[in-house]
Amino acid sequence: MTSADFSIVLPEFLLAVYSLAALLFAVYTSKDKVAGLVTWATAGAFVLAAVILATRSAGANIAFNGMFVDDAFARFAKVGILLSAATVLVMSQDYMKKYDMLKFEFPIIVALSTIGMMVMVSAGDLMALYMGLELMSLALYVIASFRRDSVRSSEAGLKYFVLGSLSSGLLLYGASLTYGFAGTTNFAGILSVVHDGAPLGVLFGLVFMITGMAFKVSAVPFHMWTPDVYEGAPTPVTAFFATAPKLAAMALFARVLHDAFGGISSDWSQIVALIAVASMFLGAIAGIGQTNIKRLMAYSSISHMGFALIGVASGTVGGVQAALIYMAIYVVMNIGTFAFIMTMERDGKPVTEIKALNRYWQVNPTKALAVLFLMFSMAGVPPMVGFFGKLAVLQAAVEANMTWLATAGVIASVIGAFYYLRVVYYMFFGSEVEPLDNTKGGIANVVVLIVGLVMLVGIVNLFGVDTMAMTAAEALVR
Amino acid sequence: MDYVLSFIIFLPTVAALVLALFLRGDDEIAQLNAKRLALFATVITFLISLFVIAEFDPSNTGFQMVEQAEWIMGLQYKMGVDGISVLFVMLTTFLMPLVIWSTWDMKVRVKEYMIAFLLLETLMLGVFCALDLMLFYVFFEAGLIPMFLIIGIWGGANRIYASFKFFLYTFIGSVLMLVAMIAMYMDAGTTDIATLMAHEFSTDTFSVLGVQVVGGMQMLAFLAFFASFAVKMPMWPVHTWLPDAHVQAPTAGSVVLAAILLKMGGYGFLRFSIPMFPVASHMMADIILWMSAIAIVYTSLVALVQSDMKKLIAYSSVAHMGYVTAGIFSLNQQGVDGAIFQMISHGFISGALFLSVGVIYDRMHTREIDAYGGLVNRMPAYALVFMFFTMANVGLPGTSGFVGEFLTLMGMFQANTWVAMVATTGVILSAAYALWLYRRVVMGELIKESLKTIKDLSPREKWIIAPLVAMTLLLGIYPSLVTDIIGPSVEALLHNYNAAVPMEVVTAAVTH
Repeated sequence: MTSADFSIVLPEFLLAVYSLAALLFAVYTSKDKVAGLVTWATAGAFVLAAVILATRSAGANIAFNGMFVDDAFARFAKVGILLSAATVLVMSQDYMKKYDMLKFEFPIIVALSTIGMMVMVSAGDLMALYMGLELMSLALYVIASFRRDSVRSSEAGLKYFVLGSLSSGLLLYGASLTYGFAGTTNFAGILSVVHDGAPLGVLFGLVFMITGMAFKVSAVPFHMWTPDVYEGAPTPVTAFFATAPKLAAMALFARVLHDAFGGISSDWSQIVALIAVASMFLGAIAGIGQTNIKRLMAYSSISHMGFALIGVASGTVGGVQAALIYMAIYVVMNIGTFAFIMTMERDGKPVTEIKALNRYWQVNPTKALAVLFLMFSMAGVPPMVGFFGKLAVLQAAVEANMTWLATAGVIASVIGAFYYLRVVYYMFFGSEVEPLDNTKGGIANVVVLIVGLVMLVGIVNLFGVDTMAMTAAEALVR
Repeated sequence: MDYVLSFIIFLPTVAALVLALFLRGDDEIAQLNAKRLALFATVITFLISLFVIAEFDPSNTGFQMVEQAEWIMGLQYKMGVDGISVLFVMLTTFLMPLVIWSTWDMKVRVKEYMIAFLLLETLMLGVFCALDLMLFYVFFEAGLIPMFLIIGIWGGANRIYASFKFFLYTFIGSVLMLVAMIAMYMDAGTTDIATLMAHEFSTDTFSVLGVQVVGGMQMLAFLAFFASFAVKMPMWPVHTWLPDAHVQAPTAGSVVLAAILLKMGGYGFLRFSIPMFPVASHMMADIILWMSAIAIVYTSLVALVQSDMKKLIAYSSVAHMGYVTAGIFSLNQQGVDGAIFQMISHGFISGALFLSVGVIYDRMHTREIDAYGGLVNRMPAYALVFMFFTMANVGLPGTSGFVGEFLTLMGMFQANTWVAMVATTGVILSAAYALWLYRRVVMGELIKESLKTIKDLSPREKWIIAPLVAMTLLLGIYPSLVTDIIGPSVEALLHNYNAAVPMEVVTAAVTH
């Protein structure tokens, strides 16, 4: 352990020190009265870490004997994770305050899970991978049941915990098989052992590890927890679940498959493609019958994960780039949508029924328009930004000679378009019912409007995300 | 005048933004201002587009007034027009002011209505001018959003069903096209339309899931594009969204849908299918000719039994689009010339017919044919106008409808005599349903109590219809106005097509 190693893990290290210090500070001062302050400070720390990472010079740094890799890929994922986590924290403040959940633990647990994600996407070794994954997951289990007095929230936490531990177990089992047959836990080492043709044991290990990771990205058939957890957890927590951890898990997916198993891409690409197709279709079809917007978003994210997995499945630089572009756009869209869900209320109570959106257009035209943009973007209708995410992954699939996958993808996107249109239908064409309150002010409202605008303005140059994702993908796929 | 195309494309968007950002309130004055601004913007767009047609050189068969810039993800922003697209641009800019003016009595959410139409104009012009595959797709698909909202918000009683059907039907067709576009991009390494036209896509047979695909990549891509354009057109048997959408859409929406949006399908065939997949086009031509013939006869028969005026005209539109597809896939000069002519002429005629229905719907709030009768007694001017467009729809010589039908039938006759024979019966059937409609609505004694106070065309309505009457007559009497512009480009298109289809394929088809 040299000081050079520490300078590489500086952002993670800073955040870890910060969260412990913040915990002590809050406990020894006035507890929940400083919750607002801690939230802002945590968001600030996230942004600071993101700035450190973004301004780092290009090239890969390896720390702790290959346990920890800091390359352009990791930096892209981490900046995305940090910024989305910061946004979610800041925009949930008003909601937390209004429904009496403004506790100082929330930002600190989020910070801890964010550290876990950062370690995950930087993992260069099965050990580091598991450590990061568990740090993230344990923190997520806790905040899923953050609303202690609500049965649903507790149920969500418990369900997530039980199923999550099962998947962690599978992942660990896969990791141990891989270790047993490859003789090393280091990704570079595994890569050198399994470049052409893997021993059966390694393949078994790979399948178990894919299972574990598929659970974290909530891909079919390991998606069962998603709707219940999304529905049961408090909305800000759901917003967090839907954004940063998904990005982290998808990045981890790509990293493990390429860094450790890049030599046998023909073996895993079939598995991932199948998972992708199943996720896209299940997400698209099962979402149709939903009446609760949070459950709808759960199915929507299952479907989106399927699309991002198309990029991973193609196993090329373009594929990884496409998956990253897709995830970046997905995260932004979800932040906007959940910011909107947080502002849905009637008589001061939160509402999550889709039907309640009837004629929302008349309540707040500007916000309704922003959500319209979001919904069309999720459906992948041009000129919204979401279309370019879909375009990128479809391109990757065709490039990798998987036109059938691209075709399946577009068909699923048409099915999925139905429920996004349904939201638009309620908001714009619906019949008269008791309208929702017209919530004004607050950060969440501003976020909805900004993200809505981003969906449209993004067509000019995608804010440069495509070139950044290219650099990141080139660092990963060699 | 370097950026004249971008200028006319985005001028309506600018006007829409001004409306959205600066116009407040929903009172009479604000509504009138919204209408005035929208009308002003569309008129200016039309006037500027006159420069396009003035500058346009028909003898040059390449793309003109080209603008090019880098865009994201290896795509480019490229605009330009050639003989095939320039008239569609003119048709759009010409019709939009009339459409906006026809909504002058609109009271509900006027500002948003105007914004939707202005954005729609931008997107439609973009479709006809885009010279990059993905840019075309973006405009093509984005047009669904305003139309979905126009039908859904301002439509009739069953608008939700119609708007969803419209959106999803068109969407599934186009996403298949998207996959084909990506495959073309990967194959040719560019999304530039001019380059893709010169690129030869493989025709080597390969197998998909054990099925031998004759014509290879060209065939698959052709079918994917066909899925999109056939739905848009709409061709039998995927036309069923159109009657629903038309019936439920507000009058102005119907006009735009029939007059311009449907033309995107035909334009797509001419811009993509034939130049880029000539061999596949050749192989599919006969099937498409027969589908068109069926469409003409079948939808004309269906039109006969309609009790809803708008639905009747919608089915008549499908039948007329049958002539267009048959003309295009005759793949000879008369056929393709006639198809483009028919599309332009149908733009004026069907637009006028929907406006005419709108006139009496505004007064009586019903589209049922049985609710009318004897209108000639109180509305002589209306009876005259409706007569004129009924005749134009039937294809009376002297109107533009005749030229389009005659040319396409001539093309069909050379390509496949039997198809031409079946299609010609459509002319008789169209006379039957159109004249019968006219008889039931306009002629006879005025006995219905509710019609006793109905008023004739207002000056505004007359001024809206007048340009359409003028254009229909002008093109009917002097068709070279159109054929001179499209002729050279069509000739070049067919020349390339004939060069690309190998002789043995042609002879094999002939001996077969």
